[in-house]
Amino acid sequence: MDLSYGPKYEAFREEVRAFLRTHGHKSPKTTKLKAPELLDWQALLIENGYAARTIPKEYGGYGAEPDILKSRIIAEEFAAAQVSSGMGGQGISMLVPTLLEMGTEAQKREFIPPTIRGEMVWCQGYSEPGAGSDLASLRTAGKLDGDHWVVNGQKIWTSTAHLADWIFCLVRTEPDAPKHKGISFLLFRMDTPGIEIRPLVDMTMNRNFNEVFFTDVRVPKDQMVGARGQGWQVANSILGFERDSLGDPNATLGRLNRLLALMQEETVDGARVIDNGALRDRAMRIQGRVMAMRFNELRVLSAKVNGRNDAQLARLIGKLQGTELRHALEQLGIDAMGEVGTSYADNPYLRDGGSWQYHFMFFLGLIIGGGTSQIQKNIISERGLGMPREPKLAKEQK
Amino acid sequence: MEFGLSEEQTLLVDTVNRFLDDASPLDRVRKFAADPNDTDIWQGLVDIGISGLLVSEDAGGTGLRHVEAALVAEALGNHVTPSPYLGSAVVLPSVLNATDPGATLLGELAAGKVRCGLALSGATGARAGTAVVARNGRLTGKVAFVLDYPASVYLVADAAGSLHLVDANASGLSHRRLTTVDASRPVGEIVLADSPATCLSNDPEVLARALDVARVMLAADTLGAAQNMLDQAVAYALQREQFDRPIATFQAVKHMCAEMAADLEPCRAFVWYAAHALDELPDEARLTACHLKAHIAEVGQFVSKTATEVHGGMGFTDLVGLHYWFKRIGLNRQVLGTPEWLRDEAARLQGLVA
Ligand SMILES: Cc1cc2nc3c(=O)[nH]c(=O)nc-3n(C[C@H](O)[C@H](O)[C@H](O)COP(=O)(O)OP(=O)(O)OC[C@H]3O[C@@H](n4cnc5c(N)ncnc54)[C@H](O)[C@@H]3O)c2cc1C
Repeated sequence: MDLSYGPKYEAFREEVRAFLRTHGHKSPKTTKLKAPELLDWQALLIENGYAARTIPKEYGGYGAEPDILKSRIIAEEFAAAQVSSGMGGQGISMLVPTLLEMGTEAQKREFIPPTIRGEMVWCQGYSEPGAGSDLASLRTAGKLDGDHWVVNGQKIWTSTAHLADWIFCLVRTEPDAPKHKGISFLLFRMDTPGIEIRPLVDMTMNRNFNEVFFTDVRVPKDQMVGARGQGWQVANSILGFERDSLGDPNATLGRLNRLLALMQEETVDGARVIDNGALRDRAMRIQGRVMAMRFNELRVLSAKVNGRNDAQLARLIGKLQGTELRHALEQLGIDAMGEVGTSYADNPYLRDGGSWQYHFMFFLGLIIGGGTSQIQKNIISERGLGMPREPKLAKEQK
Repeated sequence: MEFGLSEEQTLLVDTVNRFLDDASPLDRVRKFAADPNDTDIWQGLVDIGISGLLVSEDAGGTGLRHVEAALVAEALGNHVTPSPYLGSAVVLPSVLNATDPGATLLGELAAGKVRCGLALSGATGARAGTAVVARNGRLTGKVAFVLDYPASVYLVADAAGSLHLVDANASGLSHRRLTTVDASRPVGEIVLADSPATCLSNDPEVLARALDVARVMLAADTLGAAQNMLDQAVAYALQREQFDRPIATFQAVKHMCAEMAADLEPCRAFVWYAAHALDELPDEARLTACHLKAHIAEVGQFVSKTATEVHGGMGFTDLVGLHYWFKRIGLNRQVLGTPEWLRDEAARLQGLVA
């Protein structure tokens, strides 16, 4: 066991710190998409290798060799300095890695540069009213008409569809093929005629996801990633990227420290909340769980760095445990405040900008989104423990 | 950066597991429960060098560290093996390495000639009527729930936080076995009446460190025991049929197993980290040990209950013997600090208690 990163990496850490000392004050205060200060910051990060780090130069990235420890150090230092680590979103975190793996040269050149600069915003069109956990049963149809796919159908829960320039979308193009082999992966503009977006209000009362309707939407034939009928494999390579990024234990650690601070600041009848033995015990119990997940993640990281495959189960459980733990942590923040914990929006008693209630709900969304906790348990039991898949339902057997 | 087992560590684990597969199958554990004599098992462990794991090569050991010690503890828990490993191979050598590295006792421990019982419960919440007082090199008092009983020497924590070594034949020492649910590891009570003792250290830090070490080892033991129960549950589910199909095809059963795995797998990294911290990360060692033992006690309780349920009525019988693991996990939870007390200690260590 050797938990040190070694002198070469500690020197790199110093470089990152120096950058943060010089430029940290420019970190944008807004999260508004395409705000100039956001785009400037992103450009500065790419130029210095702190965003789009391993994306090749010809696609507008920094072009560094993949180095998991350097990426880790960057994430650690930006988090410690509470400086924005640049843009996220489904285009950057999901589509770009997929294009790098499965896209044509022309697609990479067209889509990756503006996406990583934050100028081209994407949404993910997978889920449908009839196809959630059972995503492969999706029915949005694409029919070939000359040089175009003509798309008809409906998507739902499409996050940021109302703000997106483009969509990456799963469409059934081979209606006669078996369920998983009839899907294709299309890219198209959100201002294409025939697209209608209806916002859905989520439980945090934000309008962040939408219903999206397609009526004879014409998509140029070459805007397909992978071959016809290969969309399921293409999409699955992305879901891996998504799941690894949900419920990150290092973000959870920062939040835990805030929780412990909150419990020392808040008072009830003149006594600090932390002095209540029952609440303190709950906090310590959460701290133990956070430790377990941090060390688990360290093991997964080390396995990646050293090219070992003996941490597969440790990796499979990350989404389930990470999101459930974070939800429980946020809940304790609310419980620690009692009735004050119900405060929301403009309430003058609000603590930490209302983030406790907001995250409590937001992480319930993450427990459901990206493969529900129940689906994660299916995956863990089948791929992790070698238990059999569900027997086919009666309907499918007929 | 490497947070995983090295080839040598994997080899050690394989060697110990292979030995225990032969020397400590469930039938042998059952025999021990009826007639608590583990000489054959312990001698076998001594022969493959386990008793000298932490003893320096000069003194006849292999000079390994607490990570390796935890890996062996995990294997022993996995096999519900009776043995005086905790006291004789880990805690006493660990204490002596820090207090008296030249002690001839270290060589005797490595050779398996000394068995050490742990009389530390006075330091982790003494019950009424049990306390040990030291005066002029002699001890008087009572310690209950002595681990690795019976032994040839006892490591005793007195009421002032000092550590002493008492010979089992010392004048004024009497002892008796205390029956607990866990038949794989006997515990006892010792009563001391002006018994001669050797003081190993007056430094409360040494005692605290001994507890850190013992707690990490008990946690590793639970990890192994719980992993075994999960493995048994999955194997049973694949083979047992109801409603014309293996019960492993029922989602309720699959999800019970997935939940066990999801809770248990991170404990492996937790044990590695805490054991590594004992040698390498002095600032984190105590807090990590407290949290580890508390956390794994909770996970162990969940796994031992759930794995038993997966077996249905069979799980409740003596026939399958799952209860040996269940009870081992149960004992580990209660000794040298229960979850609530450990979490209280963790809060104190961080200055969170007024
Ligand atoms: C905040 C948020 C953002 C999202 N963003 C997007 C997005 O941008 N793009 C997009 O395409 N989608 C998005 N989604 C959709 C998300 O992926 C789906 O909600 C999710 O996959 C579940 O599908 P569903 O809602 O249809 O629920 P269902 O599949 O109907 O599930 C309902 C319940 O049944 C259970 N269930 C279903 N099948 C099984 C099974 N086989 N075994 C056991 N239990 C089962 C589920 O676990 C759940 O408890 C988002 C969702 C949320 C909450």
